[in-house]
Amino acid sequence: MAEKAYMVPNPVMPCRVISINEELCTGCNICVDVCRTDVMVPSSEEGKPPIVLYPDECWFCGCCAADCPVPDAITVEYPLNQRVGWKRKDTGEHFRIGMKNPPPPNTKPPVC
Amino acid sequence: MAHINQAEAREWPYPVNYGKENEVSADVLILGGGVAGCHAAISAAKRGAKVVVVDKGAVIRSGSGGAGVDHWHGAYTNPCSRITPDEVMDIVKSFGPYSFGEFGNGISCYIQCNESYDALMDLEGMGVKVRDVDDEFAGADFRDEKTKLMFAYDYENRYCIRVNGGADIKVALYKEMLRLGVEIHDRIMATILLTEDGRQGGRVVGAAGIHTRTGEFYIFRSKSVILSMAVPAGQWIFSTELIGFGSSFNDPNNSGDGTAMAWNAGAELALMERSGRALSSGFFRYPPYGTGDHNNTWFACTIVDANGKEIPWVDRDGNVIRNVSDRYKPASGQKFFGYGRRGPYDIWGPSLIPDLSECIKNGEYVLPLYADLPGMPEHERRAIWGLMVYNEGKCRIIYDTYNKAGFDPDKDMLQLAVLPPEQYGHGPNWETYGPGQWREVAFGGGGGIVFDWDLRTNLEGLYVAGSQQYSGGTHAHAATTGRYAGRKAAVYARDAEPGPVGRSQIDGEKARVYAPVKRKDGIGWKEMRAGLCRIMQDYCGEYKNEQTLQMGIRWMDSIFESEASRAFARNPHELCRTLENLTHITVGKIIMEASMARKASSLHLDFKRMDYPDVDPPEWNKIVTLRQEKGEIKTGELPLDYWLRPPYAASYEENYRKYCDLKMEGEG
Repeated sequence: MAEKAYMVPNPVMPCRVISINEELCTGCNICVDVCRTDVMVPSSEEGKPPIVLYPDECWFCGCCAADCPVPDAITVEYPLNQRVGWKRKDTGEHFRIGMKNPPPPNTKPPVC
Repeated sequence: MAHINQAEAREWPYPVNYGKENEVSADVLILGGGVAGCHAAISAAKRGAKVVVVDKGAVIRSGSGGAGVDHWHGAYTNPCSRITPDEVMDIVKSFGPYSFGEFGNGISCYIQCNESYDALMDLEGMGVKVRDVDDEFAGADFRDEKTKLMFAYDYENRYCIRVNGGADIKVALYKEMLRLGVEIHDRIMATILLTEDGRQGGRVVGAAGIHTRTGEFYIFRSKSVILSMAVPAGQWIFSTELIGFGSSFNDPNNSGDGTAMAWNAGAELALMERSGRALSSGFFRYPPYGTGDHNNTWFACTIVDANGKEIPWVDRDGNVIRNVSDRYKPASGQKFFGYGRRGPYDIWGPSLIPDLSECIKNGEYVLPLYADLPGMPEHERRAIWGLMVYNEGKCRIIYDTYNKAGFDPDKDMLQLAVLPPEQYGHGPNWETYGPGQWREVAFGGGGGIVFDWDLRTNLEGLYVAGSQQYSGGTHAHAATTGRYAGRKAAVYARDAEPGPVGRSQIDGEKARVYAPVKRKDGIGWKEMRAGLCRIMQDYCGEYKNEQTLQMGIRWMDSIFESEASRAFARNPHELCRTLENLTHITVGKIIMEASMARKASSLHLDFKRMDYPDVDPPEWNKIVTLRQEKGEIKTGELPLDYWLRPPYAASYEENYRKYCDLKMEGEG
């Protein structure tokens, strides 16, 4: 049987900009209402995640993620994150965002 | 409908009513609800004024400072400060915190010097965490044990405060405004200042604009108006390696609407010819503060090369600083220091060796470089990564993303951007110089509206705050000038009657703003924006002459006649962006007119006229002004220190005391 395939316009950004975890999102639309540029609009279905309509108008201020009441429901992704790298001082190992087998997350809370 | 593929298009999710009129009245109308607008609203409301705030975004988070701040600059009146506002003004006669030099504005600088700490205390009263109340930094060199205030840069003189609740300041301001009964109108793009009987140069009696979700029309009648919108950003750069709005350092809503509106109403503008080579918005730039660094938010991190060789820190005289703790102290014989090797020598601060670029070129230091956070004392490391990188605007994503990917500042050295050698040592490493024709106006680097010691413009009823002035650019500058303008506008409104709004001005504006949604087809806003930016790059880039500027104005007019008359918007959001394009035409032309009016080059203004190559000849050490009178452009000039000349007193302190309006309210 033939496989099904779909066509959509190419994404306008080199990154996803805003990813919403559909299982965690409650569709409260707080992110929609704190966004300075209306990157997102509400879904036509109540309780569903908003639609990321204008990702190329994102300023990457991060307020949508900061003000989201559900941890990890929104991830803001900077363009070209893969270029960010660091070196472990003691061992000389090199790391970068997106690498295979990354080091465990650093869970130290910020000062705020 | 043409240009809309019905099969793919979804219906706009908000109810649309183009042209439907809503009327709102206020004592004090505030256009732009960023940091300056919010402080203005609170200070006017506290004086009993009925305050209305209008913002293109959502006031809870809008504005360039909406995502947070780490440094609170210019807090010279805090109890630990060892320098006074007047000592600062003596050393740098007229400057803004990021625009040291002869063309800053002394009024707003002095206001910031005097009220910065008060504004921070206002915020603390609203629940913002300012001090190290949890003793996370007990014993740190930068912490005052008694007040628990934490300082940055100069730990001896202690005038710049680290704010550990900086990421949530805007939310606290928003809540305070609601508590005080301020009426907030989000998602409204103000497009016109209403003047008495619609007369250019007349008293400002309100404003009008459109809702960016519903398309409805709003008419605001007000006794006084504070313009606290932003410096006109994004005139030159629309897309770089990064696509769209993310390519510019400034808040993408900062399209210059305030400047264009004020211009059309007859306000006098200053220094519109000033711009800088794009740095914060430059090509190859990384997320702000998102590389290893040694400047501002990362001050004063140790930097090592690829082989672990440390790059020395030096004092202003080039003497190597051996201990980390001495990077936060003035040089021998120095009263205090500012930011890097900027401004007068008197206040040059510690920096990496000034010939770093040369040393990289000749192989003394090997790329890539790294920020040696593990090598920093624990307090400093935790201040950089966790206090500063987190609370500074837009840094929360960096903190979260890098930490999730396993970056650990206790063990890891974050890499600096790998750049051509000449790009090192100019400023923050995440910034890079782009091509010369890419200009920007961030951090007080552009032009704005002329104002007096009341922060009033030449138009009765119109006040300015924040970066709408031609100065400033820091959170504290916005907060303090907002607070001051709020007092002045409230005092004016107390004794004023509402002015007459002319119907013809409303009808004319409605015809203008709704034209793009009445068309069936035409040019989209993005194509037009990119084209307008290209005109600025080509004809008003780093190097200019009479011919390029005249040609630039000609093409702006031509775009206005042709493409703009075919501009097409499918919904209220696209309409907002389309109207911003019309703003860009207005502002672009003002910038080129101002550039023609200054017939000399200037180092301070980063202004290069190929046909007038003399740099800062004495006869041009003045502010060139522009305004419209009955539609004609009038140029004028002001002395560089007009605020210390008649009718004003010759000293900052005397003028401030006379005009600040603090005593009568028992504040300060």
